[in-house]
Amino acid sequence: MALKHQRYSFPIDQINTQERVARLFSRSIKKESKIQALNLILNMIDLTTLEGKDSPGKVKQLCYKAAHLHDQYPGLPNVAAICVYPNMVPIAKKALSGTNIKIASVATAFPSGMTSLKAKLAEVKSVVKAGADEIDMVISRGKFLCGEYQYVSDEITKVKDACGKAHLKVILETGELVTLDNVRLASDIAMEAGADFIKTSTGKVSPAATPPVVLTMLEAIRDFQSKTGKKIGMKPAGGIGTAKQAIQYLVMIKETLGEDWLSPDLFRFGASSLANDVLMQIIKQSTGNYQSKDYFSID
Amino acid sequence: MTQKIKWDYSPAPEGTDHILLKDKYDLFINGEFIPGKDGKYFDTINPATEKKIAKVAEAGKTDVDKAVRSARKAYENTWSKMPAKERGKYIFRIARLLQERAREFSVIETLDGGKPIRESRDVDIPLAAAHFFYHAGWADKLEYAFPGRSAKSLGVVGQIIPWNFPLLMAAWKIAPALATGNTVVLKPAETTPLTAMKLAEIIQEADLPPGVVNIVTGAGETGKQLVNHGDINKIAFTGSTDVGKYIMKSVAGSGKKYTLELGGKAANIIFEDAAIDQAVEGIVNSIFFNQGHVCCAGSRLYVQEGVADEVILKLRKRMDSLIVGDPLDKNTDIGAINSKMQLDKIKEYVKLGTDEGGTIFQPSCSLPKKGYWFAPTIFTDVSQSNRIVQEEIFGPVLAIQTFRTVDEVINKANNSPYGLSSGVWTDKGSKIFKVTQDIRAGVIWANTFNKFDPASPFGGYKESGVGSEGGIEGLSGYVNLV
Repeated sequence: MALKHQRYSFPIDQINTQERVARLFSRSIKKESKIQALNLILNMIDLTTLEGKDSPGKVKQLCYKAAHLHDQYPGLPNVAAICVYPNMVPIAKKALSGTNIKIASVATAFPSGMTSLKAKLAEVKSVVKAGADEIDMVISRGKFLCGEYQYVSDEITKVKDACGKAHLKVILETGELVTLDNVRLASDIAMEAGADFIKTSTGKVSPAATPPVVLTMLEAIRDFQSKTGKKIGMKPAGGIGTAKQAIQYLVMIKETLGEDWLSPDLFRFGASSLANDVLMQIIKQSTGNYQSKDYFSID
Repeated sequence: MTQKIKWDYSPAPEGTDHILLKDKYDLFINGEFIPGKDGKYFDTINPATEKKIAKVAEAGKTDVDKAVRSARKAYENTWSKMPAKERGKYIFRIARLLQERAREFSVIETLDGGKPIRESRDVDIPLAAAHFFYHAGWADKLEYAFPGRSAKSLGVVGQIIPWNFPLLMAAWKIAPALATGNTVVLKPAETTPLTAMKLAEIIQEADLPPGVVNIVTGAGETGKQLVNHGDINKIAFTGSTDVGKYIMKSVAGSGKKYTLELGGKAANIIFEDAAIDQAVEGIVNSIFFNQGHVCCAGSRLYVQEGVADEVILKLRKRMDSLIVGDPLDKNTDIGAINSKMQLDKIKEYVKLGTDEGGTIFQPSCSLPKKGYWFAPTIFTDVSQSNRIVQEEIFGPVLAIQTFRTVDEVINKANNSPYGLSSGVWTDKGSKIFKVTQDIRAGVIWANTFNKFDPASPFGGYKESGVGSEGGIEGLSGYVNLV
């Protein structure tokens, strides 16, 4: 990492970031703008299952759900992608053939990243070969926290090389970075090193995606664009379970990065239960009534 | 792959069907609503639509005299004799009633004054209630506020308040006066009298003894009658420096006490080591809050050279996302200018700024056709010698200069006849202490701006005023210490 500027990263004021979040989240999204937002959210979801007990059957079901969110209500979009562990990629590949739904796979010894670089690169290559369109890697938080930023940066660059044509999402695991200053610095490092997306969390550490963290990362993306012209994507993951939260994040994107980012090309939600809540809201908007949860499939 | 998306927020107006407004408001004297002697009324309009909301009585000399006599009687017979604890109970009651009816008050404040509902709902009304709560607590604890001394009430207090925070300013004035045992004659601003009249209804409902609070509506002439009335013990005024000077002259030698909270031209200083994104948000809050109709607004921005380009670029982008329009819409960031008169004044200054060679930037927001509107505006390429840097505009207009060293910016910040407030943005604590000690301003915010609390005194140096309001310092302006 070359020090081009006197100061590589800006300091982030936590209190004022929280205040800004509160103000953004007080936007009132009603009527047409709400319906539009709900459809957009569905189309931005990385439908995710990342559990040790995942089975081929579960992944197949998830893939079917990804393409058939709620067939009773025609005209709904697909989700953007499904997100699974590496050994499930071939199953997903088969299940999703003929759809435009992307396959994202976590890699680099997800979620901890505690293995050798060699093993990480081998894993990434094999997953890409198996058919993953997108790789969600984790950064080496241990190295970051002890100040070895060059190592973190080099590792990302090498993983990016190993990705080939696959898109690279870099998971910062902000819950372990603790401060917003660190979040900003890690975002800057990841983008400089070649990330296509930056992503908050693995979903395995609490807190996962918090609003101040997401805002800080969006601001980093905005500054990176004004510096380099490149548009980097953003993916908050973990803890986003309701349509209301998701709409609030859309407000945050619109007012921080602009409408260019209101697209699955540049923004994703990593979530497992969000889709159903959004579906429930969409049905409510059209019928005026909430349906029971039992009317929405749980795959 | 995907087409470009346009996502606008649908209108989200706050409902107005729950508010109760009369067509006509009389004077509130001796616990009753009574017409003025001359039977004169003036209209109060909604600045966002130019539509008349109600007509309001104009108090003449006789009416003001009647209000002062009723306040004197209430002071002598009831209020000054009442146990302090009982006084406190009345003030608590006003605070609670105000809290219960917060939504109604927010909507009326926005209708009458043009400020966004987000602000009246989240700032004006809750803070006004907080001022009553805070001072209610002091009523029976004055011996702790002034240990070893005895605080004696003054008598009848004449209070004149401005149009930028109508209810909040009424609360700032009335709450400490009542807590310390004084009675009140209040004159609200002529463009925004409605929430004060609604407050009168609450005062009635709270069963405050008649005459303890009297409200006389009218313009400058009514204010003059109040200032020059012979049986007033103190004048508390918030408003322009010109009127403040007039009041100071008028009360000179009369024995009347006075506190004056006047204009400002605050320096908001951004150092290179500040958290830049949050500082940019701070600039927005400091100058565009309440359309810039804020005496402590950070209307002079000083940015350290190394980050100046970046800060100005970010500020422009941020201004593009500000929503200007219907004050009742919950998503509106910037509402209507309070009056035609104020709009003309702002336009005049902006023309002056351009004529003097400043570089102007305004976002490409569309403004409604009807009503009084002005887009958020920043000027660069200006200097200490420009009038838009020297004079208070009281609108959404920011003058930006850069600086190199700490001493330079302190000198420039102090190079103003005003000294009400200031802001400092840096990640370095020691710098905050250095700069805040050297700047002559009554309130200095560090890494924030426009934050208010009833416990925190507010007042200015130099032409920004005399005395403080809020906190123990504010209480001391309403008592004689013996």
